[in-house]
Amino acid sequence: MDDKKQIKFILNIAVLALICVFLWWGNDNLSSFYIRILNLSAIFVILGISMNLVLGFTGMFSLGHSGFMCIGAYVASILTMSPASKEIIYFMEPITPILAQIQWPIFPAIIMAGVVAALFGFLVGIPALRLRDDYLAIATLGFAEIIRIIVTNTITITNGALGLKNIPSVKSMWVYWGIAIITIIILKKIVNSSWGYSFKAIRDNEIAAEAMGINLFSHKLLSFSIGAFFAGIAGALMAFLITSVDPTMFRFTFTFQILLIVVLGGMGSLTGSVISAVAITILMEVLRVVEEPINFFGLLQIPGLPGMRMVIFALGLLLVILYYRQGLMGTREFNWDYILNKIDSFRKRGASM
Amino acid sequence: MSMDIFLQNVANSITLGSLYALIAIGYTMVYGIIRLINFAHADLLMVASYIAFYGILVFTLPWYWAFIIAVVLTTIMGVSIEKVAYRPLRTAPRISVLISAIGVSFLLQNVAIVVIGARPKPFPRPEQLVWNINMGDISFLSLTILIPIVTFILLLLVMFLVKKTKMGIAMRAVSRDFETASLMSVDVNKVISTTFMIGSALAGVGGIMWSMQYPQVDPLMGLFPGIKCFIAAVMGGIGSIPGAMIGGFVLGICEIMIVAFLPALSGYRDAFAFVILILILLFRPGGILGENTVEKV
Repeated sequence: MDDKKQIKFILNIAVLALICVFLWWGNDNLSSFYIRILNLSAIFVILGISMNLVLGFTGMFSLGHSGFMCIGAYVASILTMSPASKEIIYFMEPITPILAQIQWPIFPAIIMAGVVAALFGFLVGIPALRLRDDYLAIATLGFAEIIRIIVTNTITITNGALGLKNIPSVKSMWVYWGIAIITIIILKKIVNSSWGYSFKAIRDNEIAAEAMGINLFSHKLLSFSIGAFFAGIAGALMAFLITSVDPTMFRFTFTFQILLIVVLGGMGSLTGSVISAVAITILMEVLRVVEEPINFFGLLQIPGLPGMRMVIFALGLLLVILYYRQGLMGTREFNWDYILNKIDSFRKRGASM
Repeated sequence: MSMDIFLQNVANSITLGSLYALIAIGYTMVYGIIRLINFAHADLLMVASYIAFYGILVFTLPWYWAFIIAVVLTTIMGVSIEKVAYRPLRTAPRISVLISAIGVSFLLQNVAIVVIGARPKPFPRPEQLVWNINMGDISFLSLTILIPIVTFILLLLVMFLVKKTKMGIAMRAVSRDFETASLMSVDVNKVISTTFMIGSALAGVGGIMWSMQYPQVDPLMGLFPGIKCFIAAVMGGIGSIPGAMIGGFVLGICEIMIVAFLPALSGYRDAFAFVILILILLFRPGGILGENTVEKV
């Protein structure tokens, strides 16, 4: 048994090392376009697994993810923008003096973005998590909208509908994928801890979970705040990737994309969410083709159809939920045992032959 | 605030309230029967307005034909959405059906964007229905009177249907207890289809009224009215038709009056509905007319 543990440990290290080699190679050799797409998929990985913790593992149908992202993006941008560019951008009304001179480094700002988002998640969760199922969905959707409306209206802090520009740009894949991998590891630990088991118990049967002595409300609040924390971090990364934010970015459409990732990957599987986050982000770029005019050898001209990608994704979501409800991975996770056993049985079969 | 401005606001809030009420009835009926927030309901609003829009402008139909065709097509669409996207999931967990509903809503919005384009278009108001009425210092559109009357007539019709007809009794039975009703030889599928039919027809009428009152159509026009009308239905007590009516009016009056009396808050107008929703859910989860129930094992 110890032998196997050791093998798995070595395999984990090997995979991490492989990823590091890829990141190191990619940073220098890939074109900026590919790096951007890969960074975007890292952000969606964080969003997907954090929503999966709330929706797939705890069974709370929360649609507030884009709201927490919005908070994270704004906190990180305001903390890192240089005082000079703040003066230029806030031309409608000057920024609140306390915030005008602040300029933090990137990493503390990302952590702060997560902390503030988690705080909001905590505050929103106290009233909202008394509700269940569809009421919870509509209430969290409402909270996300309220956050967006507040951001649009507090002009001296957020510059209102004009949004923020000149946010320091971060291009290195180390930052995005580093944080994504740390997030995966942390969430994996959480899911396999006693908290994680309580979450799953709540998902499967609230009344039974309560009877077993699980404090429903505090566990739900915990899961919700952790989800909000990582959504905030993803929001901060989004701001550094795009270098501009405005309130319309964080519409309900955004939550829909994350929902798509979670459902497609399988509600209750971190592996599934990671795979589908990367797949969907790449597909999103590949499918740009359908929105551009297509020319068949000069014979036939098909005009571009803007919005077609979203139609395809919406159809995809419907097909998955109607015919393949468990998604890509169901509630299964990637693990080495499965692969090792496969290799083992393969070897034995080889020996017997 | 002077008297005439106040009266103007009263007129506006009654119109908005009736629109909310009309659409909320569809939500409350569907929720009452299959316990589902029909996210697609909001987009049926948009579909109806677009059909009417194209009927009048492109096919140059007389307005009444355009409106009738719009309502009929919307109804067919609503019923088919239930058949395709909700019926296969009847025994599935509630979250799945909800995701399916969100998927349908998103699909409709984006198909509209692809087919029609994302830019808002002005809605042609038929002159026979919309004119100015001047009373002393206040002037208002004929719609201010027309919309509440239409809402009221439709409400009475639906109430009659639910209370007096055989189908209505079956509906109430299904909403009480799904399985027992089907054991009592109620055709559950037919009842659910009928419910969606009525709800979608109301959404169609509501959509046309909405785009006459606020004469603009765009693919995302249903989103906010839809969510707000669901909130109105929850406020009134979900599942109760008079409740939806009351909820719709309370929400409409609150929205207009808060902005009228506190203009500083006008930027937050869209947030009121959610604040009200959260307060209602916390302090009186059953709504104004509903009863509070605790879920048991």
